[in-house]
Amino acid sequence: MTLYALCFALFLVGLYGLLTKRDLIKIILSSGIMGYACNLMLVLFGYRRGGVYPILERGREAGPMVDPLPQALVLTSIVIELGVTALLAALAIRLFQKYRTYDITKIRRLSG
Amino acid sequence: MPIETWLTFLLGFMILGSIVALEIKDILSSIVAIGVVGLAVSLAFLFLQAPDLAVVQFLFEIFALIILVRAFIRKDFHVMERASSGRWIIGFTLIGLAAVFLLSLKVFRVLPPFGEPLMETSRYYLEHGAADTGAANIVAGIILDYRAYDTLGEVTVLLTAILGTLTVLRFRARDGKGGGR
Amino acid sequence: MTDKPAGMTLIIKTVCRLLVGLILLYGIYIILHGHLSPGGGFGGGVVLALGLLAVLLAYGREETLKWLRLGLLKDLEHASPLVFLLIGLAGTAWGGAFLANILSKGRLFALLSSGLILPLNVVIGLKVGLSLFLVVLAMAEFDLDKGAEE
Repeated sequence: MTLYALCFALFLVGLYGLLTKRDLIKIILSSGIMGYACNLMLVLFGYRRGGVYPILERGREAGPMVDPLPQALVLTSIVIELGVTALLAALAIRLFQKYRTYDITKIRRLSG
Repeated sequence: MPIETWLTFLLGFMILGSIVALEIKDILSSIVAIGVVGLAVSLAFLFLQAPDLAVVQFLFEIFALIILVRAFIRKDFHVMERASSGRWIIGFTLIGLAAVFLLSLKVFRVLPPFGEPLMETSRYYLEHGAADTGAANIVAGIILDYRAYDTLGEVTVLLTAILGTLTVLRFRARDGKGGGR
Repeated sequence: MTDKPAGMTLIIKTVCRLLVGLILLYGIYIILHGHLSPGGGFGGGVVLALGLLAVLLAYGREETLKWLRLGLLKDLEHASPLVFLLIGLAGTAWGGAFLANILSKGRLFALLSSGLILPLNVVIGLKVGLSLFLVVLAMAEFDLDKGAEE
């Protein structure tokens, strides 16, 4: 319960940055923070008390394991997040090349 | 120590690191702070018994750090003088987000409590995964056998993102030999 | 990058030349053991990309592209989702469902087990590694100071 709330607080910190920052780099970093919070929240849902990691080993009897499904989903999500970060960074440096600034308010003004 | 204590500590650390990353003036310090947050996420995955995710998160964090530093750190880069919006906008945003946080606290009580997941499909995966897929790593069995279609979609998304990046950056393979249109 | 002396100092170049093989080997190990231990295609692919990236950083762009055939890498990267799709279609033809696991499952804990998971891991590792390397390469040769040309 506390953990979920803290994770949600992390998400909201990212949202705060996304809404108030003018710097494109800070905005990209904020979206990254939101991604961390989402991934962590999904894995938190799948934790099972006393469970071990969902990998079978030779010579270890199968005890209770944590939920592997959120882990599988988050594994792909992390990769996509990196791809999106790269795309956003590319867009940002293209904008910088054109307008010589990372300030979104100035970029808006220049576009006329 | 119980796992909740560790995770609470880590999450507090992450929130602190994120605030530092967002509020600090220097861009390089900001990116490094984000890297620290990502490594804390990796550590949290380790505590949550997800070594697959810890490995992948760790490596991707390093890579994201390299990409961001490569993209944004220049010798002639200057610190922005006013990186935030005005005081009024920040105030209203903070009030709004605090309201969202307080109002949604009740939702977390409805969710299954920490440490006791529902595991309806997963129970089947855990019991029959090794026999069905032949993989000792059940996570790999899920992403590449039970839900391989999902992974195909993920590969497509990655392809699209990378193609978008290469297009936006006007990248061409310049050594002849096929490719590079 | 277009630094004045291409790449870094001799010490870094030598260390990098010695280490890059080990890094790539480790990446391949992680990919091939994806169904037995943590890691798999995603993690191993990033290790491959980081190995290539070490070469890129140490030797500079021109040197690196002399022994990497960029066009081939790019084609391989763009073709890997197609390979994934073809493996899936093979599952349709012989297994009755898209991406059905048609190969023999083998013994548990053996390296050559679990049917299609191993080839799919290899495809994903290739895809992730090459695409991330291409992104860094594109960012490295992107000239920020060219100004707005259109």
